[in-house]
Amino acid sequence: MTVERAISEPKDQFPIGMRVLAVDDDPTCLLLLETLLRRCQYNVTTTSQAITALKLLRENKNKFDLVISDVHMPDMDGFKLLEHVGLEMDLPVIMLSANGDTKLVMKGITHGACDYLLKPVRIEELQNIWQHVVRRKKFDRKDGDNSGSQDKPHIDNGGAAGMGGVDQNGKLNKKRKDQNEDEDEEHDENGHDNEDPSTQKKPRVVWSVELHRKFVAAVNQLGIDTEAVPKKILELMNVEKLTRENVASHLQKYRLYLKRISCVANQQANMAAALGSADSNYLRMGPLNGLGTFHTLAGSDQLHNAALRSFPPSGVLGRLNTPAGLGMRGLPSPGMIQLGHVQNSGNTSNDQSKLQSFVIPGNHNANTLQGMPMSLELDQLQNNKGVSHIGELPTAANTTVFPVSGSLMDARISGCSNNPLLGVTSNSLMLEGSSQQTTLHPSNLRDSVSTMGFQNGNTLSDFTSIATASNQLQCSKADLQCQASPTSCNAGQIIRSAPPEWNAPYHSNVMCCSINSSIPVNGAMVPLGQCLDQNNPNFHRNMDLDSIAPSNFVDPISLKRSEGFNSAMEPAVIQKEGYFQPRPQGGYNVGSLEDLASAMMKEGPDTRKLADGDFGCNGYSHRTCI
Amino acid sequence: MGRNRLQHQVACMRRSLFDQGFLDEQFIQLEELQDDASPNFVQEIVTLFYTDSARLIQNIEQALNNGPIDFSKLDDYMHQFKGSSSSIGAKKVTDECKVFREYCSAENAQGCIRTFQQVKQEYAILRRKLEVYFQMVRQADVAHTP
Repeated sequence: MTVERAISEPKDQFPIGMRVLAVDDDPTCLLLLETLLRRCQYNVTTTSQAITALKLLRENKNKFDLVISDVHMPDMDGFKLLEHVGLEMDLPVIMLSANGDTKLVMKGITHGACDYLLKPVRIEELQNIWQHVVRRKKFDRKDGDNSGSQDKPHIDNGGAAGMGGVDQNGKLNKKRKDQNEDEDEEHDENGHDNEDPSTQKKPRVVWSVELHRKFVAAVNQLGIDTEAVPKKILELMNVEKLTRENVASHLQKYRLYLKRISCVANQQANMAAALGSADSNYLRMGPLNGLGTFHTLAGSDQLHNAALRSFPPSGVLGRLNTPAGLGMRGLPSPGMIQLGHVQNSGNTSNDQSKLQSFVIPGNHNANTLQGMPMSLELDQLQNNKGVSHIGELPTAANTTVFPVSGSLMDARISGCSNNPLLGVTSNSLMLEGSSQQTTLHPSNLRDSVSTMGFQNGNTLSDFTSIATASNQLQCSKADLQCQASPTSCNAGQIIRSAPPEWNAPYHSNVMCCSINSSIPVNGAMVPLGQCLDQNNPNFHRNMDLDSIAPSNFVDPISLKRSEGFNSAMEPAVIQKEGYFQPRPQGGYNVGSLEDLASAMMKEGPDTRKLADGDFGCNGYSHRTCI
Repeated sequence: MGRNRLQHQVACMRRSLFDQGFLDEQFIQLEELQDDASPNFVQEIVTLFYTDSARLIQNIEQALNNGPIDFSKLDDYMHQFKGSSSSIGAKKVTDECKVFREYCSAENAQGCIRTFQQVKQEYAILRRKLEVYFQMVRQADVAHTP
C-alpha cells in the first residue's frame, strides 16, 4: 500500500510516530509488545489495565491513533473495551490473544476489531497495523461517498483518485441513495477506498460520552427504527459542527450495537412473541424501504414480526444508554429479527434459546439485545451501503461498529471464520436475509449480516461483520446466503429479494450463535470468500446461494435449522433445504443466483485475492480464519 | 583470547538450547529487538517472565490442590502462562502448557496434575539453563568491553 502515506498525512512521517496505546495485563507480553512497537517506530503508551486505558483515551480523544489490546484481562474483557473504544472514540482497535480460536476471532470482528493478532506477536504483523488507521481516516473523509468502493483496502486508489474519486463517489452515492434510503454517510467507512479523502479532509468527530448521550436521546425521541434518520437526529441534537454524515455513521454503528445486544435478550422474548404472532408484516420494512427486499420479507410468513416486536430488547444496550429499549422497538423491522418467528412457533422457541446463546458471542455484554438491534441495524445497513455495519463490522471503513447483535454477525461471520471472504458475503446475505425474514434473531442476524456484507466494497467491513455474525449466526449465515442473493456487495443494494422462505430455515440456523466453529464448517464458505469481491455484488450472493445449495456454505444455517443453534453451523445440510426453498419464492432468483455463484466461483481465485487484499487484515484473515 | 573462547562457548550453548527444543524462533525475535537502545532487553524480559510466571504457577498450584478443581479458572491461568511463555520463546514449557489445557478442557484432574508437574519441571530446567547462558553472555561481554 503505497498510498496510505500520501493520503493521510502528507506532511507526517506516517506511519512513523503513529501513536499506539497498548493494553495487556501480562507484563511480559506488554513489554514485548512495547518493544516491538517501538522498533516499528511508533509512539507507544502502555498500560496493564483496561480501565486505565479507557481513562487515557477519554482524557484526550485525539491522543492516540490506534489501540492494541489483549482479549483476556482481569479488570475488563477485551471485547468490552473494544466496544467502548469503537463507540466513544472511534479508533481502530486490534485485538491480541494467545488463543486463536475461531470463535474468539469472530467475536473480535463482531465487536468491531479491525484485526486480531495471535501471540506471540511478530514484528512483521505490527509493521502493517498502520493501515487500519489510514483506512479509517480515509473513510472518515469520505463520508457520504458511498461509492461502493469495491474493496476497502484500496488505499492506493484513494490517494490517487483524489478529486476524481470524490466525484465518482458522489455519483455513486446518488445512485445508492436511490436504492437505499439514505445512509450514505454511513458509507464513509465502507467504500471509500478510492475516493480521495485528501481533498476533503474532515475533522474526525469524536463521540464523547456526552455527545453520545445526546445522540441516544435524540434517537430515542425519534424512534430508532423509524424516524431516527440522521437529519432529524442532527437537528434534535443541535450540536455545532456535527454533520449529517457523522451522525449517519454513528447511527449505523449504534444500530449494530443495539442489534448485538438485543439479539440475545430479544431472542428469548421474541421467541415467545414469535410463537404467538406469525405476523407476516412483522418485518415492517419501514426503515428498510430502500432495501426493497425487506418488503419482500415482510410478506413472508415467517416474519413473525409481531413476535419480534414484542421483544423488548432487554438490557443489552447497557452501554448505549438505552439502546435496548430503542433497538428493540424498532426491531421488528424488517429482516432483522425475524429469527424468532420464522418458521413456526415451535421453532421460534427453539430459536429463541438459540439466539440467545448465540447472539451473545459477539457481545461481551451478554445481555445485549443482540437479536433485536439487528433489525434496526439492518435497516440502516440496508440503506447504507451495504450494511457493513452489521453486527460489528469492524471494517475499517465503518468506524462505527456498534456492538450489533452478534446474531447477525454470526450468521455472516460464520462464513467468515473460515474465510474472510465469507464474512463479506455473509454480510450481503445477511442483509438479504434480514430483509426477508425479519425474523428476529436468527434471521435478523442474517439479514443484518448481509446488509452488512454488502457494504460497498469494504471487504473488511463486510468481512468483519460477517465474521461476527457468523459466529452467531452460523445458521443465519445460511439464511443469509439465501437471502443474500440480492445483497450484492454494493452497498446500496441490500438484499432486495430475500426469499421469504428463508425465514423458516433460518430460524434454526440463525440461532447458531455458536457459529464460531460452525461457520467454517463447510468449506463452502470458501466460495464466499471469492464472493467477497466486493465489486461483485452478485458475487457475494452467489456464493451464498451456491454454497447453500451445494450444501456447503451455509452449514450453520441449515444445520441449525432443525437443531438448536448450538451446533453452530454445521454443514449446511439443513440449510440447503431451507435455503433453497425460499429461493424460488422470494425475490431471490435461484437460478440467477446460481449463475452468479458459478460465475463467482470462477472468479474465485481472483476474487479471493482481492478479497484478501481488501480486507486489509491480511494477516488477520489468515490467521483468524484459520 | 579469552573473549573469543567465551563467545564461542556462548554460541555453542545458544545453539544447543535451540537444538534441544528449549527455545524457538520467538527467542530470536527477542534477540533481534535488543539493540543499543535496549542492550539487555532479552535478559530483562526473561526476568520479567520469571517473576510473573512464579505468581501464576503458585495460583495454579493452589487451584489444583485446594478443594474441587475449577477447570475454567485453571484454564485461564494456564492461558496466561502459555501466552507469556510463548512470548519469550520457551518452547518446551509452552508445549506442556498446551497439553495441560487439553486435560483441562477434558476436565481430567489427574491429567492436569500430572501435566502440571511437567510444566514446572520444564520451567525449572529452562530457567537454570538460561541463567547459565546469560551469565556466560555477561562474561563474554565483560571480556569484550575494554
